[in-house]
Amino acid sequence: MISGRTLAQGAGCEDKMSRLYIDEVSCCYLSEEDYRALGLSDGMNLLLTSPHGSAVLRAGVDKGLPKGMVFIPMGPWANMLTGTDTKGCGMPGFKGVEVEVTPTDEKVLDIRELMLRGR
Amino acid sequence: MRLQIEDVLCTFCGCLCDDIRVEVDGGRIEKVRGACRLGSSKIMGHSRIKSPMIRVNGELREASYEEAYRKAAEILVSAKHPLLYGWASTTCEALKKGILLAEEIGGVVDTTATVCHGPSIIGIEEKGLVGSTLGQIKNRADLIVFWGCNPSEAHPRHTLRYSSNASGRFIPEGRKDRKVLVIDVRETRTARNADRFLRIQPGTDYEMISALRMIIGGKAESLPEDVAGVSRKELVEIAEMMRSAKFGAIFFGLGLTHSRGRYKNVDNALSLVSELNSHTKFVIMAMRGHYNVTGAGQVLAWSSGYPMAVDYARGAPYYNPGETSCCDLLSRRDVDAAMIIASDPASNLPRGCVEALAEMPVIQIDPFENPTTFFADVVIPSAIAGIEAEGTAYRMDGLSLRLRKLVDTEYPSDVEILQAILDNVRRLRDDN
Amino acid sequence: MIIKGGIVYDPANGIFGEEMDICIENGRIAEDAGGEVIDARGLLVMPGGVDAHSHIAGPKLNTGRIMRPDDSRMGTEPRTGVCRPSTGYTVPNCYAIGYRYARLGYTTAFEAATPIIEARHTHEELEEIPIVDKGALTLFGSNWTVMECVRENDMEKLAAYVAWGLRAARGYGVKIVNPGGGEAWGFGSNVKSIHDPVPHFDVTPAQIIRALAEVNERLRLPHSIHLHFNNLGRPGNYTTAIETLELLKDIKPSRMRQVVHVAHMQFSAYGGTGWKDFESKASVIADYFNQTDHATMDLGQIIFGPATTMTADAPLEYANARIGHQKWSNHDIELEESSGVVPWVYMRKMPVNAVQWAIGLELALLTKDPWKVVMTTDHPNGGPFVNYPEIIALLMSREKREEEMKTLHEVVRSRSTLPSIEREIDWSEIVIMTRAAPARILGLEDKGHLGIGADADISIYNIRPDEIDPSKDHAKVKAGMSRAKYTIKGGAVVVRDGEIVAAPQGRTYWVDAAVPERDMDRMLSSLKEKFERYYSIRMSNYMVQDAYLSNPFVVRAGVQPLKEVI
Repeated sequence: MISGRTLAQGAGCEDKMSRLYIDEVSCCYLSEEDYRALGLSDGMNLLLTSPHGSAVLRAGVDKGLPKGMVFIPMGPWANMLTGTDTKGCGMPGFKGVEVEVTPTDEKVLDIRELMLRGR
Repeated sequence: MRLQIEDVLCTFCGCLCDDIRVEVDGGRIEKVRGACRLGSSKIMGHSRIKSPMIRVNGELREASYEEAYRKAAEILVSAKHPLLYGWASTTCEALKKGILLAEEIGGVVDTTATVCHGPSIIGIEEKGLVGSTLGQIKNRADLIVFWGCNPSEAHPRHTLRYSSNASGRFIPEGRKDRKVLVIDVRETRTARNADRFLRIQPGTDYEMISALRMIIGGKAESLPEDVAGVSRKELVEIAEMMRSAKFGAIFFGLGLTHSRGRYKNVDNALSLVSELNSHTKFVIMAMRGHYNVTGAGQVLAWSSGYPMAVDYARGAPYYNPGETSCCDLLSRRDVDAAMIIASDPASNLPRGCVEALAEMPVIQIDPFENPTTFFADVVIPSAIAGIEAEGTAYRMDGLSLRLRKLVDTEYPSDVEILQAILDNVRRLRDDN
Repeated sequence: MIIKGGIVYDPANGIFGEEMDICIENGRIAEDAGGEVIDARGLLVMPGGVDAHSHIAGPKLNTGRIMRPDDSRMGTEPRTGVCRPSTGYTVPNCYAIGYRYARLGYTTAFEAATPIIEARHTHEELEEIPIVDKGALTLFGSNWTVMECVRENDMEKLAAYVAWGLRAARGYGVKIVNPGGGEAWGFGSNVKSIHDPVPHFDVTPAQIIRALAEVNERLRLPHSIHLHFNNLGRPGNYTTAIETLELLKDIKPSRMRQVVHVAHMQFSAYGGTGWKDFESKASVIADYFNQTDHATMDLGQIIFGPATTMTADAPLEYANARIGHQKWSNHDIELEESSGVVPWVYMRKMPVNAVQWAIGLELALLTKDPWKVVMTTDHPNGGPFVNYPEIIALLMSREKREEEMKTLHEVVRSRSTLPSIEREIDWSEIVIMTRAAPARILGLEDKGHLGIGADADISIYNIRPDEIDPSKDHAKVKAGMSRAKYTIKGGAVVVRDGEIVAAPQGRTYWVDAAVPERDMDRMLSSLKEKFERYYSIRMSNYMVQDAYLSNPFVVRAGVQPLKEVI
């Protein structure tokens, strides 16, 4: 899994409670090949699990992505999956996190539910 | 009365475009011309935090500014080791006040750089930075390399104003006179507009840079046929593109700093550029994200000697990224209160850090609500710098510019808020 | 306030170690005064120190700090009731710069090089430096507009641009660094002599220097051009130095001062054809200064140990990085300059360093007129300014020089004339080289002396000139000069017994030079085009705004009224 900036994530990033931002950062993208192999279609969700946590995201296709890679616009959903180890340099691993991807019927949480989950 | 304001600075990304035109009518911004989608959306504005709030029995309740300042000061004074975090989307003047506050309460000042281009700064500590202003690149560069960055989405006007599509004295035809090379793990919008796209495997930036350094250094034969999935032949061609440029510029993004290797990737890229200067002219620049993350580093450097992660608990500045940077402080529970200004760590830090934040008193200073508000115990809404308040910001190339005030506001500026908190801190100290 | 009974050195007013009282009223030296009495009986009293060439503020300082956390860890001092925390040795934070100058008894320091487009940053840092008065020189030597005016031989337009540039940068004077080289470095090359044309601009460094010197006098600026020679830092460069000075011999100064001030002369007084036969040519340079009257210099003395080299001479920094295998920062500045920063260490046993050390001292000792010499280390290029007392002790004591030379590489004896120099500088000459001369050279009328009406910037040292023999007691000289007993700035005591007791905000000097409106209009119309086509920022966002100078001191200058010109 890698996380990164997108135009919509950026446009909403100082308006974090907007639909635009939340829709953008709660979606993950796969290569066409992986998307098909998982039998995904429009409106389906994925459960992503990393050694650090898990989250349910909407699934989409990004033709620029190679097989075996998931891209998530940076934000709270991506950060459910990242670890805190900075390897002594202050920077946690935002890119290159190994995740397991499973199609799911679970819904995507709203931002408040996500942030306060388990509290 | 309708007023047209020219040459406005856009306070969104590190491009800090200063050619925006804004129409103001009756104290409201009516129209923004010349900005990108990111910039217009910020300048046009959206819903604001209406009033200061203090959390009582788990719920945020409206309060007066005076009450909020006092509560914030109480939190800071009773904390043993508070964290003052953010600073990338406010003015240098605000950070100056913040540093003074940190000195007086023995806190830590860290900026969003530590989870952005912090590793780039550590790379610069190792190797130095061979750079230039953006105008130098606009006027001279016949080769632009975007490595692990995607300006089409993150810095939309970069290519037009400063890099691939800009024209300049020695590049009169703009894009036609330049070659554009993109190196990335995915084919981004930026890659689609390049003359050449080199796709690499995630986490192999370091290997690619090392291979290019070997080729530039005349040791191509020592390389294997295949370097982490890229053929030697292709790397030799890329190296030749670099060496034969009259003036080359590498812009790099979080693709280097967030991946395996982190600061070592940047260290290696800086070395590559340094070595290229034995053959031709080459510069390198980090694509800084927030509009004043560069300025935050500058103010901290001239105040403390260090550009981020500065701990004042000992009375004198102490700096050790990996120890005094926000992510480490939070995950190790090394701080016991946080003041968050102009940023949103709840969204931008790993879950483990956010959980730590939820356990401690949090003060939030921001014009806008964001997920950090869920965890805040005191919320202080502020004026938007560059729209409602003046101040200084530094562009990604280190050029400082003055932000203008476009419209009046009833919200206090970050500088005023911090001064008021500082006054309250001093008063509480005197009372004790 | 009255300072009673001190042994006063005020060479600008013909006072050479007389016991007398000094009165201060409203921040100035006065005929008489009441109030606080400072007992200075028998102690050394002189005007506050003036540093005419030091790198204390601006982008290159922060570049140094950011690339050198190792340096910031040196010299750490926690905050006190009066002081903010200090860090750094060669690249101190802003607060440390102000406190350390004040502790040495210095009350004025000028930043030696600022590109116009980055002057806002320089002023942000100057604002953070406490206590001392300050100013910044503005870089013009590789500027496109300057070179185009020179090529068109349009001196009116050039004068208008220089006046506008000083205003835009809130700058104090015209600084020229490796003229033309900064532009050539834009494509990775350099100019090799003063007659080597600048690529794409069809002008030579000699033409740039001469034109800027002429315009400097046309504008009647308080300071002369301030010049960092081409070929600086290279063996054999003393010929470039003399050739350049010869260019300027016939220019008439518009004020009572030099026509050219040479920055850090030590770095341009080198003989030899390479590093192997590198030798001092300080005696040749000093002879030239002894025979002419149009030039002054500052030393650029090196200090053994760590330094951070930082200069607008970017090709030099590239060479430094390669020679020293050091980390290297470079910063090209659109349409105006290039620059670089490289950490450095001067070593006693390194032959070149030993000779460099000798050259600085030779220059000071062989130049007969101390009014032509300013003591500097080109901070932090030759070493940090906190070492000034070490240089003072070396200049005052041949015995100390001999002791030092014993610890250096032996070439210091064969490749410099230092061992044979007997001269020992006296207190009056020290006061000239550190106070009176730099103030006069910069054109600061109210500084560097203690006449009635002068700024009440005064230093008092725990040194008894009537009892001490600096030739033998050089350790006491160094210790005494390192911690002022009192430093008085603008009439306020800021240092007492070597400790900071107050940290007021100093003034920032800049020069507002008037030019005929038609010249300015003509210049602006061509400058506008540069902003439309080449600069990456808008003209309306370029000038340093008033907000960045909280305590400005404006010096007026400008071309003479039209009828006088005709």
